[in-house]
Amino acid sequence: MAEIQIKNVAKKFGEYQALHDINLTISDREFMVLLGASGCGKTTLLRIICGLETATTGEVWIGGRRVDHLPPKDRGIAMVFQNYAVFPHLTVFENIGFGLRMQKLPNDEVTRRVERVAELMHIEMLLKRYSGELSGGQRQRVAVARALAMEPDVILMDEPLSNLDALLRMEMRAELKGVLAESNTTAVYVTHDQVEAMSMADRISVMHKGKIVQAASPIEVYRNPAAEFVAGFIGNPPMNFLPATATGNGQWRVAGQTFDGPDTEKTLKFAIRPEDMAPADTGLVAIAKVIEPLGAHLLVTCDVDGGMFRAVLDSDTTVKAGDRLTLAPQPDRVRWFDPETTLAVA
Amino acid sequence: MTAVATPDARKAGRWLYVTSVVLLCAWVIVPLYFLLINTLSAPEDVQSYPKAFFPAFDMGSLSFFVTFNGMIDALLNSIMVAGLTMILSIAIGAPAGYALSRFDFRGKELFRLLILLTRAFPLPLLALPLAVMFIRTGLDDTIIGLALVHTTLAIPFAVLITFSLFSGIPMELEEAAWTLGCTRLTAFTKVVLPLILPGIAASAIFAFVISWNEVFAAAVLTIENRTLTAFLLVKLSEAPIHLKFAGGFILVLPALIFIFAVRKYLFAMWGIANR
Ligand SMILES: Nc1ncnc2c1ncn2[C@@H]1O[C@H](COP(=O)(O)OP(=O)(O)OP(=O)(O)O)[C@@H](O)[C@H]1O
Ligand SMILES: [Mg+2]
Repeated sequence: MAEIQIKNVAKKFGEYQALHDINLTISDREFMVLLGASGCGKTTLLRIICGLETATTGEVWIGGRRVDHLPPKDRGIAMVFQNYAVFPHLTVFENIGFGLRMQKLPNDEVTRRVERVAELMHIEMLLKRYSGELSGGQRQRVAVARALAMEPDVILMDEPLSNLDALLRMEMRAELKGVLAESNTTAVYVTHDQVEAMSMADRISVMHKGKIVQAASPIEVYRNPAAEFVAGFIGNPPMNFLPATATGNGQWRVAGQTFDGPDTEKTLKFAIRPEDMAPADTGLVAIAKVIEPLGAHLLVTCDVDGGMFRAVLDSDTTVKAGDRLTLAPQPDRVRWFDPETTLAVA
Repeated sequence: MTAVATPDARKAGRWLYVTSVVLLCAWVIVPLYFLLINTLSAPEDVQSYPKAFFPAFDMGSLSFFVTFNGMIDALLNSIMVAGLTMILSIAIGAPAGYALSRFDFRGKELFRLLILLTRAFPLPLLALPLAVMFIRTGLDDTIIGLALVHTTLAIPFAVLITFSLFSGIPMELEEAAWTLGCTRLTAFTKVVLPLILPGIAASAIFAFVISWNEVFAAAVLTIENRTLTAFLLVKLSEAPIHLKFAGGFILVLPALIFIFAVRKYLFAMWGIANR
């Protein structure tokens, strides 16, 4: 059992508040992705879990044990660093076996475990090489193998794929997910790549300015963003927003059209994903500006009520710049946000 | 404007490169060569001109030295002082370099400046108070006392060289070691040390050579236990020229041998560390 609990963790670097009151529980064997823009505090949070950084306030628990006073080696974790951190003076074999040797395991046990993870990561033919003789992708595999060889309760990864090219990244993504699922470890994975997050995670924690805005399954984060930031950050292209005015009884006026919405007196924003609309007889009036064929789809950037609006339409649609479209949003996909709190309103 | 050099320019550049290399080598080698020739010439040939290209292998001057009273002792003293200086300056300098590169503390910049400032006081100025202090503490005329003085001379270099060495080792390597079961100390010995060993060796050699060459403090602070430099300085001031050459040669030789001995090791290790 290696559940990770982060309780009221905050971190200050001098005057700068990098993390505000983080609360997060990551269950045993869960694959948790920390997703957010650059500088939002993902690495800081990961390093606090790892013990490379100490929280200014708050507690970290791993497997029911409070660990924030323990050094990294006593936390039952293994970490994969962004720049691999493969030791240049040791062979791949000794790199992978490094942690096992520190535990003073007998030689044959070290050999057995190194060979097993090397096979798992498809690097068994590289065991005699030095890191200077490896490609970036191979070094990455060594770094993961080294972490797996420890058979840790928790594996922490800080943008492990960010230095690889797009194709290799896609390959490694699937491979990592498979390997980790098999190894029964709890994984915390930092990335700023939403595709990586969506495809690998059991749950995504979306971070923004040192706070966790939403922690939920990828589909939930995508379909029901808890805040405007999440709606705008996740999805490519992101969600569309339009101002809405209440006309009473849960009726809202958006760009000259009437929609059903929450029954409240506040002003709200209307939001819809670009792919959740289709041309129809009635709907939002849009003037097409730019049409980008993306193979399976057409990305149409248009003007609705004086603001920019994107729609992803079927590639069979015939539309050209300057055309007037009427786009009907799928009613169950419409979301509402409170501009004051930026949070979703049901 | 074209960025590609014309063949002519490239040829000229190459010529310049070769000439500089030759000049630099000559700068070092020619004086050493004359030293060698004169040392191995018969005493009466030292003043002669032109020189023979090959030395005469007359061992007269050299054997004079080997049998010269106190010479071997002075040589041993020099080696011991230099060795001790080397050990002390690395033992003190390397941890300081590590602290400077890895920890943030108040007054760090000032500390770095102060390290350099220790070289701002000329030794002749310090020699008298040092001598008095050494006599009071009983450190005068001892190997360890002189090594201490030489260590203070060598430490600024040891600190600054190791500081830049440690800064060249990514923090992530050490952190990775910590997560793999190392303490700060074992991470240092198992990861950082192997990577900076060549650099440490270089700065150790530097300390050795500083001590080996130092003559002023050695002459002032020792009487019975003279180092080679101090010994030769005193004994040779009145000696004939062929003995001065031989003395100079004996001074240069151990340093040269020492550097040559570790040279291969230096290059080999650097090759790995730079990967
Ligand atoms: N040691 C430090 N001293 C001072 N400020 C720091 C330190 N480490 C991080 N910060 C600051 O804390 C904030 C969060 O940094 P962090 O590295 O956690 O971001 P991140 O989300 O990992 O970003 P990226 O995606 O670029 O890696 C940044 O604004 C950064 O400048
Ligand atoms: Mg980061």
